[in-house]
Amino acid sequence: MTDMAIQAAPQGASASATGPVARFLKATELDTRMLGMLGALVVIWIGFHLLSGGLFLTPRNLWNLSVQSASIAVMSTGMVLVIVTRNIDLSVGSLLGFIGMIVGVTQAQYLPELLGFGHPMIWVLALVVGIVVGAIVGGLQGYIIAFLGVPAFIVTLGGLLVWRGAAWWVTSGRTVAPMDPTFRLIGGGPEGAIGATWSWILGIILCLAIIAMLVSGRKQRRKFNFPLRPLWAEGFLGFVGCGLVLGAVAIANSYPWPRGIVRRYAEANNIAIPDGGLFIAHGIAIPVLVAIGVGIVMTFIATRTRFGRYVFAIGGNQEAAELAGINTRWVIMKIFILMGILTAIASAISTARLNAATNAQGTLDELLVIAAAVIGGTSLGGGVGTIAGAMIGAVLMQSLATGMILLGVDTPLQNIVVGLVLVVAVWLDTIYRKRVA
Amino acid sequence: MEKKTPLVEMKNISIAFGGIHAVEDASLDLHEGEVVALLGHNGAGKSTLIKILSGAYKRDNGKIFVNGEEAQINNPRDAKKYGIETIYQTLALADNVDAAANLFLGRELMTPWGTLDDVAMESETRKVMARLNPRFQRFKEPVSRLSGGQRQSVAIARAIYFDARVLIMDEPTAALGPQETAQVSDLVRQLKKDGIGIFLISHDIHDVFDLADRVVVMKNGQVVGTAHTKDVTEDEVLGMIILGKCPPGAIPGPGAIQAAAA
Repeated sequence: MTDMAIQAAPQGASASATGPVARFLKATELDTRMLGMLGALVVIWIGFHLLSGGLFLTPRNLWNLSVQSASIAVMSTGMVLVIVTRNIDLSVGSLLGFIGMIVGVTQAQYLPELLGFGHPMIWVLALVVGIVVGAIVGGLQGYIIAFLGVPAFIVTLGGLLVWRGAAWWVTSGRTVAPMDPTFRLIGGGPEGAIGATWSWILGIILCLAIIAMLVSGRKQRRKFNFPLRPLWAEGFLGFVGCGLVLGAVAIANSYPWPRGIVRRYAEANNIAIPDGGLFIAHGIAIPVLVAIGVGIVMTFIATRTRFGRYVFAIGGNQEAAELAGINTRWVIMKIFILMGILTAIASAISTARLNAATNAQGTLDELLVIAAAVIGGTSLGGGVGTIAGAMIGAVLMQSLATGMILLGVDTPLQNIVVGLVLVVAVWLDTIYRKRVA
Repeated sequence: MEKKTPLVEMKNISIAFGGIHAVEDASLDLHEGEVVALLGHNGAGKSTLIKILSGAYKRDNGKIFVNGEEAQINNPRDAKKYGIETIYQTLALADNVDAAANLFLGRELMTPWGTLDDVAMESETRKVMARLNPRFQRFKEPVSRLSGGQRQSVAIARAIYFDARVLIMDEPTAALGPQETAQVSDLVRQLKKDGIGIFLISHDIHDVFDLADRVVVMKNGQVVGTAHTKDVTEDEVLGMIILGKCPPGAIPGPGAIQAAAA
């Protein structure tokens, strides 16, 4: 029974629900929409793998894919809340560039002068400065939207121009480099990953957390006499959840450091390189950990806090939320502050990865972020959206880009494909929603 | 009953929207265990007056007293603090979240760690819904998927769960079938027995005579008159609504004097 259901699950979203599939979905309480998206991701991955002659589903490509998705994924979690309340933020790409310049100048010019070159606190302070700037800019835009009543589209469209110009203004267009060595770890690379041992430890901790969540959820339901999931369904969820986590760790751990870096590392640490070459695994990249951490925190905020509940209530019916005594303006302003902070984190990731801050950084990112959120099931009509969906949407967008680069597709054609995918994805979603409602 | 301090007293309330006087110098009161019906045409100012009491609108002039003491009601949260709960004509439900989230909207139950206690909220929702609508089972679904009657019972549950002392019902039966309307009438009688004061806004004059102790008729933003339902006939009340003519059994308000002068 269980085996058959596993096979059938990915098709559950598209095919009409037959007996066992429907029963499986009911028992596990899985979201068919999310399954459909994961199914689409799997199809895209396998498709690119076959078309590229086996280049896509390699540890190296998947590891790079995860690092490249991180920045957009971080911002998409905030964009979900923005869009859920029927607002939009077109300024995130420009803001990413502006914050990147400020963070870059702070750590490459001001702090070394103040604290001395290579001071261990430089990366922390630079990051804090970035986050504070993000919160202030987000708060300013949020204030204009929520309290002065200017539509978010206009305010952030203005922001798109203002912050891009401001990014240029910081150094009159000069590129800032290099970044602080510790700060660069946020961007990934061989050193910016936590290595095999820590990856396994982290994976096991995550698995234990998944199991603990399932157990405590079951306990809560029993306490209040709510219907319980059948035991096999709980077991299945735990098994698949842990399997995905440990599988991802295994892939990250089978991507070795490049030979040159291994040689330098060996020389520096007086290790003799054996004949077959020394295998040092990357492990999970730090930007990916940051993105996963952000995803977990944002999911918590969206589903388990008052603020998150109010965000969704405002998205469903703003007037009702106001009549229920919710300070809707303040909630909306807070959403934009949060969006600013997330943009700062994304900015740190992309600046560190590039090892430079340029004033063109993040150009068009706002569209990728919005597309990720929308492909991930966030409804532009408001009230509907999940953090996990948006993050999967970000990975999906990046998969398309990476896959087409592997296939040697020309850039203009890449844009055409991404544009078409966005429209088709939302169209399919519209059909799906009509059928469910 | 007349001698006791009224539960709620609204005195000389006025509000204007861009030069149009939606409510002008309106006064009314409500006692414990009393049902007062507000009648009038569309646009007569009933809903606006009542939204001032529930905190949705801010009055330009006038005072509100709760238990004889002046009350500061500037937003919906203030009104709820005084035990004034409202069932809006539009129901004011957030369609995309479930019944429990709507019931506790703005007053969520929290766990000791400061997170939403969804399980406790659902459990409480199950209890109160079992009383109002025993067949209701769709606790996990967003309220947009519920029927009109089910949505209505969620809105009612939200109003009575928090120990309301004053209940405002704006067209509570407008969207309901005959059977559900009868259920709401039963509920009104039961709440009245519990000592809750109820403002009932309705178009259905039969309903009003069935349930209300007193009627307040409004026309063009002014109070035409107030009457005990036993002192006036349905035709006389219709005359108040349509012509602004105050019958001998009613106490005339500012709206009636103007009508007589004209």
